[in-house]
Amino acid sequence: MPEFSPSEPLQTVGRSPLRKEGLAKVVGQAKYVDDLSLPGMWYGATVRSSVARGRIRSIEFGPDIPWHEFTIVTAADIPGENVIVHLAKDHPCLAATHVNHPDEPILLLAHPDRAILPAAVAAVRVQYEELPAVFTIDESEAPDAPAIWQDPAAPAKNTFKQYLMQCGDEASLDEIFASADFIVEGEYRTGAQEQLYIENNGIIAEFDREAGVKVQGAMQCPYYVVHALQLVFNLPAEKCRVIQTETGGAFGGKEDFPSVIASHAALLAMKAGRPVKICYDRAEDLAGTTKRHPSRSRHRTAVSRDGRLLGGTIEVALDGGAYLTLTSTVLSRATIHAPGPYHWPALRVVGKAMATNLPPHGAFRGFGAPQSIFGTERHMNKIARTIGLTPEELRRRNLLRVGDRTATGQLITDTVDMQQLLTRALQETNYHAKREEFARTNPGSTIKRGIGFATFFHGSGFTGSGERRLDSLVEIEITPEGQPCILVSSTEFGQGTNTILCQVAAEALQLPYAFVQIAQPDTARVPNSGPTVASRTAMIVGKLVERAAYSLRDTLLHSGLLPGDYTEQDFRTAALAYVAQHGPLKSSVRYQSPGDIFWDDQNYRGEAYPAYAWAVYVAEVAVDTTTYSATCTHFYALQEVGRVLHPVLAKGQIEGGVAQGIGYALYEKCVWQRGHMANNQMTNYIMPTSADLPPIEVAFEEVPSIHGPFGAKGIGELPMDGPAPAILNAIEEATGIECDEIPLLPEDLFARMAMPQENAR
Amino acid sequence: MRSNAANYDLIAPPSLEAVLAVLASEPGSYTVLAGGTEIMVALGAGRLSARRLISIQHLRELRFLSASDDTLILGAGTTFTDIRRDAILASEFPLLVQAASWTGSIANQNRGTLGGNIVNGSPAADSPPALLAYEAELTLLSSRGTRVVPYTDFHLGYKRTILAPDELLYSIALKRSYQGYKTYSRKVGTRKAQAISKVAIAALARVEEGRITDVRIGAASLQDRPARMTATEQAVLGQAITADTMQRAREAVLAESHPIDDIRSTARYRGQVAANLVEEFLRSLQTDPR
Repeated sequence: MPEFSPSEPLQTVGRSPLRKEGLAKVVGQAKYVDDLSLPGMWYGATVRSSVARGRIRSIEFGPDIPWHEFTIVTAADIPGENVIVHLAKDHPCLAATHVNHPDEPILLLAHPDRAILPAAVAAVRVQYEELPAVFTIDESEAPDAPAIWQDPAAPAKNTFKQYLMQCGDEASLDEIFASADFIVEGEYRTGAQEQLYIENNGIIAEFDREAGVKVQGAMQCPYYVVHALQLVFNLPAEKCRVIQTETGGAFGGKEDFPSVIASHAALLAMKAGRPVKICYDRAEDLAGTTKRHPSRSRHRTAVSRDGRLLGGTIEVALDGGAYLTLTSTVLSRATIHAPGPYHWPALRVVGKAMATNLPPHGAFRGFGAPQSIFGTERHMNKIARTIGLTPEELRRRNLLRVGDRTATGQLITDTVDMQQLLTRALQETNYHAKREEFARTNPGSTIKRGIGFATFFHGSGFTGSGERRLDSLVEIEITPEGQPCILVSSTEFGQGTNTILCQVAAEALQLPYAFVQIAQPDTARVPNSGPTVASRTAMIVGKLVERAAYSLRDTLLHSGLLPGDYTEQDFRTAALAYVAQHGPLKSSVRYQSPGDIFWDDQNYRGEAYPAYAWAVYVAEVAVDTTTYSATCTHFYALQEVGRVLHPVLAKGQIEGGVAQGIGYALYEKCVWQRGHMANNQMTNYIMPTSADLPPIEVAFEEVPSIHGPFGAKGIGELPMDGPAPAILNAIEEATGIECDEIPLLPEDLFARMAMPQENAR
Repeated sequence: MRSNAANYDLIAPPSLEAVLAVLASEPGSYTVLAGGTEIMVALGAGRLSARRLISIQHLRELRFLSASDDTLILGAGTTFTDIRRDAILASEFPLLVQAASWTGSIANQNRGTLGGNIVNGSPAADSPPALLAYEAELTLLSSRGTRVVPYTDFHLGYKRTILAPDELLYSIALKRSYQGYKTYSRKVGTRKAQAISKVAIAALARVEEGRITDVRIGAASLQDRPARMTATEQAVLGQAITADTMQRAREAVLAESHPIDDIRSTARYRGQVAANLVEEFLRSLQTDPR
């Protein structure tokens, strides 16, 4: 297939046209699932477990509720398998005999009057025989821990998954440690974090004996939902139709969970014989749906006197919650990102995911990488401090360069220069001058200031052979009006999918942006272009859109209907003429693995990702010794992400990710009480407001990548990785106190700052 | 919404007299709804036990600010936004204006009332520390008559007050006698806005010839109710602002604080930060001795 080199300068890519769906959202015309109503529709609600682990002894329906008016669904009503399928089949759709976490769905109710459902839910009394439970990684791995998750394939008790990733000579690690000038050890922990999309999870389901199941609602991955419904209803894929409605944010929180709520709504719809809507309120969404995996990283590193990493071991442990869901994939990304953008002569990384009796943890922007990068970037500072180098100098001596190999053995061919990125970031933030200034002013002040940074990379797209397995398909069809319309299952949830994919098609077709359309994701109409996750939409799906656009243009040019130099009107005329002569025109392209990408799933060796985005993030903080609170006062984010498709959206992605990262570091704490999230309201789950956020400066370097459309790489998850370690590194500069656990709340800093003083008195 | 609105009664009598008449005819059976910023949250969460509500939100006779030469009177229906916009309050009662600016969101401030903030009785409420520091007086109204009580005596315990079942808080009076006083207030919340206090202090003092000759300190979230820190006041009254005075003040703060561990913070943190805030207050008096 001949590819046309895009005209330079680019007409649409690299500019910032209005969002495709922006106007409808701004004027309130956009319909979210809770805005929709179907004739005869009922409302659904969920009865959930009140204990962390136990056997269900009885279910009683209390007095004063007209139960005959309700549709009631239990596990016995499931026509197919009682399972929500992700990577395994351990996760029941409805608990039948046992519960394994608080807030686990047991029973479903539907009624025409939404207002009476909460009282009905409260009137269902479930009796349990309680069983011992575990709530942390440490408790789960303890030798005397109860076995809460068992699987013949499990590597060890309560262990979902374990990975071993090694580079260099394994046998020599002992020798390296024996002869190293320094051995530096550290342990680092991160907490759970809620995605806190504005729109809670919600689905409307319909069921028809002939047509099958139809669901619509908020989601990231329509074909994941199809797959889940197939098993629950024992139906072929074509009888499980899934439509994404306008979605108010997701951040990973609508990757796997919509399979649960969609299955529930569809079961009620089947039994009630009418459409059923389930929309969670905030309290239910917070308590009952997925969060970011808590983690613990342990580092042991051999370092030479001149600051070179000689070898190391890293153990990354994740808390997966009660069921596997996506945990092994999250663990994979955590494992691969643990070495950071550094050259390791010898390294052993062990990743393991433990089961606990918390609600299952799931996907959240960064997907394991923020957890392990936090540990690594705090540990780099610890090494620097131990051996007497500055944080900058230690990194400079170990950063990967072009021609180096990552810890998986991947050759760095990107023409990125991390040394130069670091130089630019420190210059533009006046890092050196500020460090001196703060060292001078801090002693006389109750406010201690500090500046710190993190250097990191983030792999774009599915890990290893994942993209090959996804086998994504993208189509562009000609509409009856003669316009190109992109057909993908890639979803818009605020991040800009609609806009950037239309930009790419417009650029490749040399047509105005406004002329290109994109279809609402409806599995009856759009092909499976894979899930909208893993920073893959711009790079992987975008590349497929680019190829499909070239192919479409090619077809029209070769048909002789389209002149070589054409206008929008020429294109429309030619496209309609083609359809009239040959029938519907649709170009389809399927993912083709780049020839030089090889991945060994067994040994974790090879090309982990087709491309990486590289970044240096710099944070300034002020620690108030009167209130023990740390505030981020300035943030600077520099990244190399290939071609920036849409500067305004890209900047927005970075700013939003940094804000979320600041929340992760300093504010957002899930308070667990025997596995139940006790602070499941926005009053007490403390997300930073605009008043808590600093000015965020965003800078890009653009080195076009061959893997993405017009050179674009992934961007969505990257900004989640850097803020937490940069901020804690800055707090260390400000106070001299090494804090190695997030979230770091004022109460935690108080414990570190005030207690010793108090004891000394 | 976890409550069923059909299970609740809401009445809105047309006048203050009519409201008092209802309260007198069935004492204790109605819960008064002013701005609704507390009650509506409870309703949404499905934990509003009061089933009969009487609204005073529309009563214009409760929403006023009137100044005489020596007193400023605020109607109980004065909103936080009203407080933030008033010129006399801004110049003479900055502690109250700052407290109003801390409260919830702009929408909360438009809707929430000073009277509601007081009667709700939360130990973490924003305006009580300032009202305690200014020694506010409350006027309580019922069909039986009127009584005037010092605000210091109003709160009896956690969400318990002296308000009788047939009584309504009518107005809050502030003496215009704080010229020459230095003021200090600081709220330590869970974040910078839309936050509930972990601890908050509002304080004022007069300093003459290097000695503290008058001092009032109001605090939130240190006891089961909004409270004056009288022991701390006694520890510093008449004293020069020395390291020794500050140390005694810190000890007094810790002695008269009974904070709790809860979902938002810890008792130890609250006590220690309260001591730090009082020290910061005393230092602020030191920098510009009058």
